Amino acid sequence: MDFDYSPSEEAFRKEVRDFLKENLPPRKERGSDFLANWLRKVRARGWVGFSWPKAYGGGGGGLVEQAILREEMALAKAPPLGTSFMGLAWVGPGIIQYGTEEQKQRFIPDILDSKVTWCTGYSEPNHGSDLAAIQCKAVRDGDDYVVNGQKIWTSGAPWSQWIILLTRTDFSTTSKHDGITCLLVPMDSPGLEVRPIENMAGDRHFAEVFFRDVRVPVANRLGQEGEGWKVTVSALANERSSIGEVTQMFSKLDTLKELVRATARNGRPAAKDPAVRRRIATFEMKIAAMKYNGLRYLTKQIRGEPLTSETSVNKLHRASLEIEMDDFAVALMGQAGLHLRGSDDAVDAGSWSKSSLSWPNVVIGGGTPNIQRNIIAERILHLPKD
Amino acid sequence: MNFGFSEEQELLRDQVRRFMQEDLPLTKIRTMTKGALQLDRPLWTRMAELGWLGLTTPESCGGLGLSWVDATVVLEEAGRGLCPMPLVSHLLSTEAILAVCGKKQRMAWLPAMAAGQAVCTLALYDEPNWLHPDAITLEGKRVKKGIRINGRKPFVTDAQYADYLLIALRVDKQLYLAAVGRDQVTITPQPQMDLTKPTASVEFDDVVLSESALFRLSRKQLAWLTDCGAVAVTAEMVGAADAVHTLTVDYANQRVQFGNLIGRYQGVKHRLADMYVDIESFRSLLYYAAWTVNNAPGELPRAASLAKGYASDAFAQIGIDCIGLHGAIGFTAEYDAQLYLKRSKWARPAFGDSDYHLQRVATLGGL
Repeated sequence: MDFDYSPSEEAFRKEVRDFLKENLPPRKERGSDFLANWLRKVRARGWVGFSWPKAYGGGGGGLVEQAILREEMALAKAPPLGTSFMGLAWVGPGIIQYGTEEQKQRFIPDILDSKVTWCTGYSEPNHGSDLAAIQCKAVRDGDDYVVNGQKIWTSGAPWSQWIILLTRTDFSTTSKHDGITCLLVPMDSPGLEVRPIENMAGDRHFAEVFFRDVRVPVANRLGQEGEGWKVTVSALANERSSIGEVTQMFSKLDTLKELVRATARNGRPAAKDPAVRRRIATFEMKIAAMKYNGLRYLTKQIRGEPLTSETSVNKLHRASLEIEMDDFAVALMGQAGLHLRGSDDAVDAGSWSKSSLSWPNVVIGGGTPNIQRNIIAERILHLPKD
Repeated sequence: MNFGFSEEQELLRDQVRRFMQEDLPLTKIRTMTKGALQLDRPLWTRMAELGWLGLTTPESCGGLGLSWVDATVVLEEAGRGLCPMPLVSHLLSTEAILAVCGKKQRMAWLPAMAAGQAVCTLALYDEPNWLHPDAITLEGKRVKKGIRINGRKPFVTDAQYADYLLIALRVDKQLYLAAVGRDQVTITPQPQMDLTKPTASVEFDDVVLSESALFRLSRKQLAWLTDCGAVAVTAEMVGAADAVHTLTVDYANQRVQFGNLIGRYQGVKHRLADMYVDIESFRSLLYYAAWTVNNAPGELPRAASLAKGYASDAFAQIGIDCIGLHGAIGFTAEYDAQLYLKRSKWARPAFGDSDYHLQRVATLGGL
């Protein structure tokens, strides 16, 4: 057991730090072309798609370096390495694993260069957690599929150029996991309509997406017809080290501690209230548990043992922390906690009240906590399926 | 970066687990813990022969010179089987001797302890729920020949087993550890919930100790030993929690109600999943804490508090809920789940409950 990094890993950390020192000015000093330059520079370093094969423009980097990169980026509160979160997280790895050579050449560089933003068409009005039961229909017609149906809760749909879409091509299968086909669809396809949905925080980043006789060339099918579930599952299983998230949560905890230090409660400093102190310590305890869970899982990966469903452990911690930390901050401030940006009485420009309404992005997207519990119960504890 | 165990450590784990299954199964432990407790000396000697009693003892003192991570492996597996032998007391006594004694006593005592010939325990605090230097209230008075002690040390774990006891006390406002033989004091077993953690009070009736049996205990050393204690107990908690969780998962996979295995119901399976999350988490925190003992001692206070702070309440709840998920059978004396519930109760306050540790995490974290 050791927590040391090899000389080459340490050198890499230094390289990232030096880069950040030079290229990440304080927010106030950033010009209008900052983001474009940032994306170009991190791309030139090979840090976008860090672990993807070099042959397709990725970095070809190792697990430990990837963890270091994520940790340092999070420590510096750096902007993302690309504009297509879904493209980098799911679509790219899925295309690399299942795509044709032509698809790889066509789609991967644009994801890496932040030229194209992707969204994921998974959930439907009647099928969210029960993802495999989807009904959005695709019928083969010559060299095209004709798609009819509806997706919903599609994050990023209002500004994405492409969607990775789960459709059903066969309604006669006995298993709902068969007969699903994965298609790559331009968002400006005729017959495709996006209707943004406003969430409770007042944002409009998810949407309904309607398909009316949308024609998708067969060349845009990812994987074989009827094997879309396999494609999706292995893309979802493309588990990432949680170290970047942990670092972000530690820095959020620091901000929360600052709030506690600045807050009086019942006429005395909140920092002296044992109940407040205990809550803060509990958050720290859970974030630290995530950190060391993550390092155990990373060690497993380094040793060549595949990760299975253990990562659901950290997803559950993260889900409860995302909700509880903001909720605690809002409650701590009493009346002021409710006030939004623009109020004379808002604390921290209403950032806590805002984020206390935004947790479903993280908590529900990618599998609700109860789905994570099912995963642990069934795949790790081998309890019977529902 | 390697936050995992070595091949040797995994072999050690297998060895302890097999030993617990074959030589010290719960059926045997139930017999051992009935009536007056006596240490199973042949078994203790075998543990010594396997090297477990001198794991962290330096090689120069007859030990293996290994780390607390290795000791954690042994304690986790011992905890899995609810081992009633005084492994934690022994490990902490070793640590205490290394911390406060000079070379002469180390060379005199540690080899005999590692060889299983001398059983030793450590008693720090007198207050039942306060970990603080002021919670050491037993007092010694300076007399011509040394120190005269009158008084009572309650809550001494494994005292029944011990040949020698290291007892914290104060003399002229200074803290000391006194090394006494069992014949110098009166050891009175006190019944408490967890029979696998025998506990006694120790009475001093005009006991006069020479200066050579007294060792100055600084506040820093006291804190160090307390944190080591928290790590050791948490290691046992990880194994014990894992064991009772496994027992309950197995039961949920066999028991049929309303025409289904109960493990199919989300009310059951989700609680079992949450227990898994908790055990995984305090396990990771524990492994890190164990690593800090030898490799980053400055980090030990926070690391120990994170681990014990998590485990104290989580294991206690797991103990309760595992009984509950079993239904009435879990409540019977005959079924093993109750033994784990009792261990979880014993372990909660040992070397600090969650309140103690989480308040300290807050302080160390700048609040």
